Parts: sequence; C-alpha cells; structure tokens
Amino acid sequence: MTRITILGAGTAGTTIANRLARRFSRELRAFTTTITLIDQDNEHLYQPGLLFLPFGIYTPDQVVRPRDQQLLPGIEYIQQPIDRVEADRDVVVLSDGRTISHDVLIVATGTRVLPEETEGMTGQGWRTKVFDFYTLEGATALRDALAAFEGGRLVINVVDMPIKCPVAPLEFAFLADWYFTKRGIRDKVDITYVTPLDDAFTKPTCNQELAHLFRDKHIRLEREFNTGTVDAANGRLVAYDERELPFDLLVAVPLHGGAEYVGRSKGLGDDLGFVLTDPHTLQAECKPNIFALGDATNLPASKAGSVAHFQAELLEENVARYLVGKPLKPDFDGHSNCFIETGFHQALLIDFNYETEPLSGTFPLPVVGPLRLLKESRLNHLGKLAFRWVYWHMLLPGHDIPLVSPRMTMRGKRPTRSASAPTAG
Amino acid sequence: MPTLTMLDTALDVDAEGFLQNPEQWNESLAAEIARENGIPELTERHWMVVRYMRDRYLTTGAAPSIRSLGKESGVDIKELYKLFPKGPAKLAAKIGGIPKPKGCI
Repeated sequence: MTRITILGAGTAGTTIANRLARRFSRELRAFTTTITLIDQDNEHLYQPGLLFLPFGIYTPDQVVRPRDQQLLPGIEYIQQPIDRVEADRDVVVLSDGRTISHDVLIVATGTRVLPEETEGMTGQGWRTKVFDFYTLEGATALRDALAAFEGGRLVINVVDMPIKCPVAPLEFAFLADWYFTKRGIRDKVDITYVTPLDDAFTKPTCNQELAHLFRDKHIRLEREFNTGTVDAANGRLVAYDERELPFDLLVAVPLHGGAEYVGRSKGLGDDLGFVLTDPHTLQAECKPNIFALGDATNLPASKAGSVAHFQAELLEENVARYLVGKPLKPDFDGHSNCFIETGFHQALLIDFNYETEPLSGTFPLPVVGPLRLLKESRLNHLGKLAFRWVYWHMLLPGHDIPLVSPRMTMRGKRPTRSASAPTAG
Repeated sequence: MPTLTMLDTALDVDAEGFLQNPEQWNESLAAEIARENGIPELTERHWMVVRYMRDRYLTTGAAPSIRSLGKESGVDIKELYKLFPKGPAKLAAKIGGIPKPKGCI
C-alpha cells in the first residue's frame, strides 16, 4: 500500500492531487495506492478574482466553489485543520488529534497574510480605512469602501517581500486609475504606490519597459519604503527610516507567511513558515519523502498559480520516480507566466524563469502569438478574463495547457543583451 | 561583469558595487566598503548584523529582509537604521560581501 498525503486543497494541492489520481488511476482502483487531501475548510477561492472584486467586476459568489467538488474520484478529502507534520514519524497530526500516516507527503498549503505583524495595521481603522485585498473578507470590504470614496489620497502599500502574485498590487493601482476615471472623479483622487523595493516591478526589464505606465496613469511611486507603522487615526504611513506618507484610504499588502502549522513542524520551514525546498526537484530539505509545491515553498520563483501549475507537471513525475527509487528530475526552472491588468480593458503578459528576465515578443508562438509579451493589448486582457474558465476546467483538473510548456522556452521571445544575466531571484 | 579593485584585489561586483562572489570577501575588505559608504568604523554592533546577514545568505542562499534582520540579528530595527543609515539590509549586505538582496518576484 502506497499512501500519498497532500496538505492544502488550493490551486497547487488540487492540481497535483488530480494529476496523481490520473497517473495512478489503476492503483487507486485496486486500493494499492491512496491519495488523501487535507484542508481546513471547503471553500476553494479563485484567487486571481480577488483583484477584480474590489472594483465590482466580479462578485464573491463568482470566485468561490467547494474544494471537494474539484477532485477526481478516488481522492479522499479530509476537512480538518492541521496541527503539525512529524517528519521523522511520517505522520501528519490533525487538530482533532487524528494522525494520518504517509509514504509521500506534499505540502501545498500556500501563504497567508499577517497584517498583525505590522504595528497599528489591524488596530483602529482596520477594514474601515485600512484594507487588504488578499482575502475574500478584505476584498469585499474594500469594494464597499471604494464605492463610497469620493476623493482623497489612496495609498497602495506593499509591506514586505515575498508576496503572492507580485504584480497584483500594481494591477490594483492601474485598475484604481481606470475605476475612478470611469466614476468621473479621477482628478479628485491622488494615487501613490509604495514599495520596499528600489523600483515598481521586481524585474529590471519590466522597470525599463513599463515605467511609462506610472507616468501615463499619474500614479506616484514611493520606492524603498519599509513600512514600520500604520497610524490610521491620523492617516499616516510611517517607514522605519521615519519617512511619512499621508493617506485617506490605505490598501495594504501585508507581510506574508506560510501556514501556521509549518512553524510547529520541526525542520520543515524557514522563519516565515515557508518550506525549505530544492529549487529544481521540489523535494523538501527536511526529508526525502516530503515535497513542496506552489506558494508554500521558499523558492525565489513567483508565488503565482502559473508557477504551481508548471511545478505540478514536474512534481507528478518526481513523485512517481521517488516511489520506484529512480533519481528525481531537476527540471523546475522557475518558469512563471503572468497577465498584468493595466486598466481600460488592456493587459500585459510576461513570461520568465529563475535565469531569464521577461522579454518582449509573442506568446506562445513566434510571430503569430497571438498574445504579445511586455506590451499592452486588448487580447491579453481577454486572455486574463478567459483564464477563469481555464482555471476551473483545465488547471485544477490537472490537464496540460496546450502550447504552454512547464519549462520556459525562448520561442517567440526577442533576447536582449542583458536579459539572460542570472538574477538572484 | 564589472570588476573593482580594492585593497589590491580585483573583485567581481555588480553595477552598484555589491560583491558577486562572497568568497572574495574578507574582514578588512568589509571595513573598506563600510568607509566608502559613510561608516567610518565598524563597531561590534555593526559586525553582529553583518555576520548574521552573511551567514544567512551562505546557509540559505537568500539575504534576510529588514524585518527578519530586526527580529533575528539581535539588533532591533531602530538601531539598525542608526547603524546603517538609509538602508540597513542593503548596506549590511554590501559590507558583508554578498549580492544585493532582491525582493523575490
């Protein structure tokens, strides 16, 4: 009997569960293999939708579906919070005291936001003047606040890195510009984007190619701002270096950490609760029969659904290899593919990996595209909206997406001189 | 890759002067980089941070953020800004001879 346990039924966990169920369908039917998926609730959130929700483009009921209904037959679903992983005993202990034994464990419990880690953020003004949009509750509360906003200073503040979907706060700023223009009050709203990084994007080529977006949209950029305190009563954001920024409405992207139980599981994670993971095989450092997938890892790849999808294709192979004692494939290259909404029904597309910066060109095919890299287009925007269908019907069920390979390819890309220089991530 | 000659040694650096090969680093080099960046003398408190920064990079492959530096290095964030004005994480990385910390995408 081979027991595979997967922790977390989000994008990564659901995708890998379904891929493994298809791969081992015969063994599942013969009861020689079991696949058990564990999560604390039964609400699968379409996280890309959280960006659109505050602007009234999606409603909450459009972005949530039951977790257990996304699974292929044969996968056992347990709904219970996780207390800890005991790697040396090969068990997961649930909060009700049950222990689940495994031969292979896959950690895919993603990240969570930790607004309480920033002084003052969750105090007075939380979700009346200070919001996050990385949770359904936060995005919904923010929708109401934006609708009631009649002008003033809107500050979008990335507190620390790494964060989930690093382009989402930028997209939020671009969509805010569009939203207030549409409402006819853009001239009354001052938008400032505040980042701890030394520029808006995390990738240098994006900063070169896309700096115009901030100018065109009249969005102020405050760089290298390490947020120390949120003072909602006085509408001030204060940095550790004592710089201050006034706000009337603060949209914060709080510090991120891994799932809480990771911190209670000896040897599994780093100080923020991200699982220490091999960047190419996805094997956890703490034990050979543990793997990690998606946002839960400490890897310098984007915390994004596309990454989880590309990793899942490789991890399926590596789990199968591990079970028969074959060497693991060191094939994950950090490939990430992101649509970036820029407002006014336009979007950008970027495609990159650990080593290669986002380049211009066409995607997925040379010349014909049809999507254009690093350039705004309406088709990219339609691609982003169509992705919701792709997500529920292709990505979660664990199907490969036609023409898009898990490893990044240079097909259709125009190399630049500096673009292939390795980056620290 | 640009090179920079400091204390008679050719060093591989990036455009901002961050060492690209941590093994080219030594303590007298650290003092020299500190001086060039406005810190005339490295005190024991500076060294605590620089060593922590370097160790974390060498063991995990990533430099800590200012937040974890404040939590884990034994020097709180207020003092970090006194010791390394403007950007403690960046400056401590530079003095510690490791590549510039990047917010991972």
